[in-house]
This record gives sequence, C-alpha cells and structure tokens, in this order.
Amino acid sequence: MTTYLAALDYQDNWWQILTSAFMRNALVGGTIVALAAGLIGYFVIVRNTVFAAHALAHIGLPGATGAVLLGLPVALGLGAFCVGGALVIGALGKRATDREVATGTVLAMATGLGLFFSSLATRSSSTMTNVLFGNLLAITHQQIVSFGVLLALLAACMGIIYRPLLFSSVNAQVAEAKGVPVRGLSIVFMTLLGLSVTMAVQAVGTLLLFALIVTPAAVAITLTAHPALAMGVSAALSVLSVWLGLALSAMFNAPPSFLVVTITCGVWAVVWASARVASGDRVSTT
Amino acid sequence: MWSDADFDVPAGGIIAVIGPNGSGKTTLLQVVLGLIPRASGSVEVFGHPPGEINHQIGYVPQNYTSTSDEAIRVRDAVMLGLNGHRWGFGKARGPQLARVDEALAAVDATALADRRLSQLSGGQRQRVALAAALVGRPRLLILDEPLASLDLANQREIVALLDRINTDVGVTIFVVAHDLNPLLRVLTGAIYLKDGVAHFESLDRVAEPDLLTRLYGEPIEIAHPHSDTYLRRTN
Repeated sequence: MTTYLAALDYQDNWWQILTSAFMRNALVGGTIVALAAGLIGYFVIVRNTVFAAHALAHIGLPGATGAVLLGLPVALGLGAFCVGGALVIGALGKRATDREVATGTVLAMATGLGLFFSSLATRSSSTMTNVLFGNLLAITHQQIVSFGVLLALLAACMGIIYRPLLFSSVNAQVAEAKGVPVRGLSIVFMTLLGLSVTMAVQAVGTLLLFALIVTPAAVAITLTAHPALAMGVSAALSVLSVWLGLALSAMFNAPPSFLVVTITCGVWAVVWASARVASGDRVSTT
Repeated sequence: MWSDADFDVPAGGIIAVIGPNGSGKTTLLQVVLGLIPRASGSVEVFGHPPGEINHQIGYVPQNYTSTSDEAIRVRDAVMLGLNGHRWGFGKARGPQLARVDEALAAVDATALADRRLSQLSGGQRQRVALAAALVGRPRLLILDEPLASLDLANQREIVALLDRINTDVGVTIFVVAHDLNPLLRVLTGAIYLKDGVAHFESLDRVAEPDLLTRLYGEPIEIAHPHSDTYLRRTN
C-alpha cells in the first residue's frame, strides 16, 4: 500500500508516471468504473435511491474484510454483500429508502462489522483503507477484465430495460397499469446498482462513492432534463474527473480518490450555484 | 368498502365515481384496471376481463408527483405514455413525436413541452398527466381525483377540457371525485359507493334529491341559480 506523506510537490516527470504500466491500469479501470457509475447515476437519482447507494457501499465493507478473513478474493466478498444488500433493500420496496433511521443504523452496523473483521485478520488493514477510500493506482489487470465484463452487462441490461425502468421510475402506478413489471424491474435495477457500487468502491472507496455515482448525475440533471442526454453527460463527467484526477495525482503525488472527489464536487458546486443564479434572475425579471 | 355491486356503465359518457372517504373509489378503479384481484364476482371492461385491454385505458392516478420530476421533460413523460411499456432504448421516431405533440395540443399544453415536470403548476401538471394518458388513444380514461388540490379556475379548466376530450375523441371518462359540484355540468352518470354497495345511475337519476341525500347523509338538492348548476343543502 502506498503512503502519502509527501507535501503537494509538483513532479515534473508526471507524464512519465502517467504513461507507466500501473497508471495505464488505473486509467483503463477508472474509465470503465466511471462509465458504469455515470450510466447508473441518473436512475439512482430518479428512483430516489441515493441513500440506498450510499448504504450499499458501507454494507460492502464487512464483505470485503470478511473475504480477507476467509482467504477469499476481496471483490467477491464486496460483490456478494453489495448485491445481497441491494436485493434486500429492493425487496423492502420504495418506502425502505425513506426509512433513513433504519438504513443508517444498518450501515453503521455494517461498518462496525467491517472494522471487527479487519481486526481479526492481520493483513486486512490495507484492505480496509482501500475499501474505505479506494485505490485507483492498485487496480490490477484481472480487475480490469472483471470491470469490463460488468460494464458490458450493465450497458446491455440498461439498454433493454431503459424505457420501462424510466416509466416505472417516473410514474409507477401508470406503468403497472400498462403491464410494466414494476417490482421485477426494481429487483433488476437494485442488482445492477449493487454491481456498480462493487466496482466504484474498488476505484474511489466506500466513503467517496458519491463522487462517481451521484454527484455527476446530479450535475447532468441540473444541466439537462433529457433523460438519455443526462445519462451521457453524467458518464462523460465521471470519466473526465477520473482522467483529470489521475493526471493531477501524477503531477502532485496526491491520492487520486481525493482529486476525483474534489473535481466532481467542484463542478457540482459551480453548476448548482449558476443554476440558482439563473433561476433567481428568471424570478426577478418576471 | 363496497362488496355488493351489479351494474353496467354505458360507453361514451363522463361518469363520476363518488362516495365518502374510504368507500373504495380507488379500489374500484384498481379492479377495473385488473391491478387487484376480486374476491368474488366478475368484471368486464369493453367485454374483456380486467387488465387484458389496459393499453386501451388511459390512467391518471391521484398522486403522480415524484422526486423524478426534476429529471424529466414534459415531452419525455408524455412519450412514456405511448411507448414506456416497451423494452429497449427505442429512439422515438417521427410518428411517435407527432402523437406526443398531438396529445399535448389536445390539452393546451404545447408550450409546456420542453419544461421540466417540476416547473409546472398543479393545473399544468394535471393537463400533462392527461396528455400522457391520451397519447395512447384510449377508449377509456380513468382519472383519480383530478380536481383535488386545484383552485376553482383550474377545476373549471380541467372540467371543460374533459368535456372537450369526451366530445372530440369520443373517449369514455371515469372521474373519481368527492365533490360533484364542479362536474355536474358535464356528467352523463355516476357510480355511487355507499354503505358497502356500488351502483350506477344515469344523469337524470343523479339529480334526484333523495339519492343525493342518501349519498351525502344530509338533505341535498340541485340548484340552478344564474343558469349555473350546483348542489346545496335543502333548508
């Protein structure tokens, strides 16, 4: 595990760093994760599952540290807990996302359990940090392959369920009356969300997950209310922030997760503020 | 909740579904839509079992505002009424776009097409919901409390719109309401839910004071001052 104690010094060999083998893995892996996050993000906001996405990232923590304890791959434990948690939240129905106290309590318990598993296994403290904060620079070739498969799966499923999912998100009652399998779609969506969270946690970590899944989608929705376009803008913003974050991390030797979060939050703040100013103008002129 | 119902509703008119709170108005609609199974008995919609021809029914539920309203334009929401039940990404083609424009025009909402749903007023939101129900060219429109939480001017506007749609498109309209007053002028009949019994009466019977009195639990009659029509308590 890399430690970041150095001050923010400009490294003039950053291009060399950026084009090195481990950076290439980070760029390719980060791009795949960002695309997946951008695709799912629009629906996370539209379906009001923002808090659920946040909770899933935490639920993944004991999965990851528990897997280390049992000698299993970290991604497997993470994936099992995220998808399992997603299905439970999905089964509880839409109202579950409103039960913030219950969800918050469960995610606190999950985080505690993650810490406990981590304390039992000697070599899992680095896993713990990686799951909490992500480590783009540690993405392996094997992870890239699995990310690629998951992205393909996500894109294919989204392509198939896009319209009925949008319909059931916008107006579940009418969609149900028109024969859309609203509950089934909810389960499929939560599974896809669980997979996306599994990927995104490995890139930016549990605690910074919002930066890739929710924030770019929120920016996109502020910019456009055209659903397909919003998904595109959201994916593009996720990808750009990962690229820029990695480049800056090579320049200044700062953790990429931090830089990615800073970039998306910065863009969000600017877009949000200008939208506020614009709507303020509209009110004052009419 | 009603358990005893035996009636036929003639197609083509505007029919109110009325009854006190908790009498099962929404349940009746859900039975017609086939969304909940009946414990017993039989229901036919245009000669079919409920749920079988829902593509010919335009449904506007009671509470349709949601957190997603910020993230979608009016024209996208109306388009979903046309093709939202189909799988795939489905880039909208010319004829479908024309159908959406036509539905928006039918409810005087053409100018709202590119707004976000969250930017609409209650009355505008109701008109757009109507457009989303009309875009599939239904034979039956089912509206659950379309006048609730609208001011008088907007109520009148929606009622006039329903009248026009009924005449122009020839669609049968069910309107759930707890107040008959704004609808009296355009109704052709009403389904009453009262004391566990549901039954249909045509317009001439709707106006009978003893029926109204039984429904409202108070002596009520229809008054026609200044050529307007409304219900008032009998003195």
